[in-house]
Amino acid sequence: MTGSVGIVIVSHSIDVAKGAADMVRQMVGEEVRVAYCGGNAEGGLGTDVTLILQAINSIWSPKGVAIMVDLGGAETNSEMAVEMLPAERRGSIVICNAPIVEGAVMAAAEAAGGGSLERVRAAAEELSAN
Amino acid sequence: MERKPPSSVKPQTPSFPHSPDEKAGGTVKLVHAVGMHARPAVKLSKLAKRFRSRIAVRVVGASEWIDAKSVAKVMAMRAPCDSTIEFAAAGADARAAVGALTALVANDFPDIDG
Repeated sequence: MTGSVGIVIVSHSIDVAKGAADMVRQMVGEEVRVAYCGGNAEGGLGTDVTLILQAINSIWSPKGVAIMVDLGGAETNSEMAVEMLPAERRGSIVICNAPIVEGAVMAAAEAAGGGSLERVRAAAEELSAN
Repeated sequence: MERKPPSSVKPQTPSFPHSPDEKAGGTVKLVHAVGMHARPAVKLSKLAKRFRSRIAVRVVGASEWIDAKSVAKVMAMRAPCDSTIEFAAAGADARAAVGALTALVANDFPDIDG
């Protein structure tokens, strides 16, 4: 299903990131394109621009990618990763303002239904809009 | 000059105003042991998104209808086990949508292929 928006989960903890990705796969389905990364290059808590970039590229599709982040550095490093993408990809990627686990599940459910990148972002952010 | 809705449309149907489309509705008892929690909500909204019709859902008697295609809203319904769920749809495939969704709930949310 290359025609769906991909979800990237970026946490400071690889365990949180993997757990969130597992929840997405089990609750929404295997058809969802999901990648995750977490931890810094030394294996501790943190986020790493190179790993984020790899995660984005591993599930890239022309429909775009929605990134779910946890705390501050995850967002700034994700923004840096986006800036390092080729220009033609930069316009098809969003960082969602949503709780990482819930947002990932909501975003994936919308993506699995064939929703556009904007709709996927809206689904993720619906929770924090209340 | 106001157009009055056909008499067959009950006033409690959700606000799909002035829709000339096919309309359908149905109720089904929620048999899932823990009610409409996360996983059933994902399945329900995923199935709803397969249809082009607008689809609304509520616990019977609730004042507000919810967009059945919004997983966040369906999850927030918090419908308990043994409650009765009501669907209403408007659009070209409204009847098929209500049929599929009531079957999903009645059959306790079986895994859907693909």
